[in-house]
Amino acid sequence: MSSDVLAIQAAEAAGRPWIQTLHEWVTTVDHKRLGILYILYALVFLVIGGVEATIMRIQLIRPHNDFVSPQVFNRMFTMHGTTMIFFVAMPIMFGFANYLVPLMIGARDMAFPRLNAFSFWLTAFGGFLLYFSFLGGSGLYGAGNAPDVGWWAYAPLASRAFSPGHSSDYWTISLLASGFGSIGTSINIIATIISMRCPGMKLSRMPLLAWLNLVMSGMVLLAITPLSAAQLMLLVDRYLGGHFFDTQAGGSATLWMHFFWIFGHPEVYVLIIPCFAFASEIIPVFSRKPIFGYPVMVGATVCIAFVSMSVWAHHMFTIGMNSYANSFFTITTMAVGVPTGIKIFNWLGTMWGGKIQFRTPMLFCIGFLFQFLIAGLTGIMLASSPFDWQLSGSYFVVAHFHYVIVGGILFALFAAFYYWYPKITGRMLSEGLGKLHFWLFLIGFHVTFDLMHIPGLLGMPRRIYTYEPGRGWDTWNFLVTIGAFIQALAILVFVANLVISYFKGAKAGDDPWDAWTLEWSVSSPPPAYNFASTPVVTSRRPLWDLKHPEDPDSRYE
Amino acid sequence: MSAITTPFSEASAGWTLPYRGKVGMACLIIAESAIFTIFVVAYLYYAGKTLSGPTPREVLETPIFYTICLLSSSVTIHFAGKLLERGRRSGFLLLWLLTIVLGALFLYGTGQEWRRLIYEHRLTISTNLFGTTYYSLVGLHAFHVTAGLIMLGIVLLFGLAGRVRADQSARVDVLSLYWHFVDAVWVVVFTVVYILGR
Repeated sequence: MSSDVLAIQAAEAAGRPWIQTLHEWVTTVDHKRLGILYILYALVFLVIGGVEATIMRIQLIRPHNDFVSPQVFNRMFTMHGTTMIFFVAMPIMFGFANYLVPLMIGARDMAFPRLNAFSFWLTAFGGFLLYFSFLGGSGLYGAGNAPDVGWWAYAPLASRAFSPGHSSDYWTISLLASGFGSIGTSINIIATIISMRCPGMKLSRMPLLAWLNLVMSGMVLLAITPLSAAQLMLLVDRYLGGHFFDTQAGGSATLWMHFFWIFGHPEVYVLIIPCFAFASEIIPVFSRKPIFGYPVMVGATVCIAFVSMSVWAHHMFTIGMNSYANSFFTITTMAVGVPTGIKIFNWLGTMWGGKIQFRTPMLFCIGFLFQFLIAGLTGIMLASSPFDWQLSGSYFVVAHFHYVIVGGILFALFAAFYYWYPKITGRMLSEGLGKLHFWLFLIGFHVTFDLMHIPGLLGMPRRIYTYEPGRGWDTWNFLVTIGAFIQALAILVFVANLVISYFKGAKAGDDPWDAWTLEWSVSSPPPAYNFASTPVVTSRRPLWDLKHPEDPDSRYE
Repeated sequence: MSAITTPFSEASAGWTLPYRGKVGMACLIIAESAIFTIFVVAYLYYAGKTLSGPTPREVLETPIFYTICLLSSSVTIHFAGKLLERGRRSGFLLLWLLTIVLGALFLYGTGQEWRRLIYEHRLTISTNLFGTTYYSLVGLHAFHVTAGLIMLGIVLLFGLAGRVRADQSARVDVLSLYWHFVDAVWVVVFTVVYILGR
């Protein structure tokens, strides 16, 4: 709020040795710093996971390539999947939630600041453990060995007999640790939203970002825990000689699949719902209109959360379930499309008739809308079990879920970066580099993942380390790899933008986008205490009311 | 802006929200319930599918006395909280201690049962599928009882040092919420293992 206070802080910071600054960051319990730590941590792993993807794409650029060995290829796709889901997507969502939720609901911190720090460090050590397996995966022999059982680690492949050494254990324990971290943060987000809202901030006035993160956290409580439970069982099997997934003693490999996907499918929604939240904050601001259908948006999100808990076995159509199960999971999976469609129409309704400003965050949001729709359509195709029998385990499926995760989640995340970077650092990201980043990434994305559907339709299975020439896959794979390089280039532009703008970017001021939620009422970056005095709100757009006292929203809500 | 000013109108009185400790514990209970659900589902799914002995019908004995101990500890912790709220600290400490004793008795019972199964019936976690599911489910519950006893013990130590006051009863209530959950889970585990599973 006050420039004096900030000036004093800056002066103090200038004269301090770096070790003291480091100590402050490591021991911090401030939700903003933990949010930044989460985001930076996830960005590092984004680059690592991206390098792993690039290694796989180089290997597949032509038939009979020998860039890496089959063993290394197996490790690459396992580590790529695990890293991207658990150590990029999850922490980055929690990072934004940590940073934004207290600011948006007018609170000074999260409900449990120390639990917050504990959860972050659990997640962080989970990632370090996973990557330590490159060094210690074979015990003390010093030979590197990363997990290579795929990111879902189906039984019996993950059992002692087929996965010797400790690499699978590093995988299990790192997911357990980061899973407990996720549960801790989710508990924190829920308690913050239920118990820490500023006066007047009724649930019906909460920004959609807070609402959607509330739903997401609720889903984490119910979705991550089955994975943790299944990991405990796997540990019992691997270390104590248990028989949970040991078919020779009456155990069941199918049960692991069920447990994994009871986690695995809601997880997709755990990741996409915060992205819905970003879109729901950014699209109205750049359309200069309040969000269309606020209560319906909340209702649709809760609906998605419920339905998505009962769709998991559509990952398992090919294992031979009976026709009732197949029909049930086909219907529920298609039913998820209904509330999702409602949300897409509401975002379009928000843009309809608005004065749209095509700034970088808005561009990424529009890309998100378009691509998420297509990803949903291929999802409906795969939901139909006979179609899935044909294409399950092919590159069509890989293309589908990367369309969701890259085309949907990552685009919305980039929008969030361009939108909130000024608040977090006090400086604007460069629009020029931003637009370059957007167009490069858009082109690279479509070259890679549009074309990847086709070798899938032609029968190319996922997870193969090479293929025979002359099956009609060669050209497609070549183009897909070229697209991956364009995406990598775009990511470099993005990282350059983050770094350059931090030092040279234009000063942002408190409210560069003329936005309406509470985080824009404080200075950029916000002071440690967030709000000098607790704000009181009377509508869904408190800053609009402040800027337009003659025509406040509270008159209409 | 040179001075710290607030652009917002004054806070109104009467804006109260639920206590965050209780909300947090409720969330933890939801998450823990999901973990137990998975273990219970595994137990029921594998019930009767074990390929070698011993089977639950041959070796399990219903632990009625220790179950009564655990369930009645829910009653004692409830009244302990009530007494603390009214400021009767010695009554609180007495009932709190009783809760710990009852919980510890239950753990002793579990230990005795495991000892009997291991030494008399040679049933360990790796013997057969029944052993794996039984020790995992009951062990997971026993782990939660142990964690609860440690937390209850810490409150007892603070209480003996005279540091637990009536105005902290909301915090103590959060802990008793957890203890009630542990008891409720035992009702489920008991039903599944000793009634349905045999």
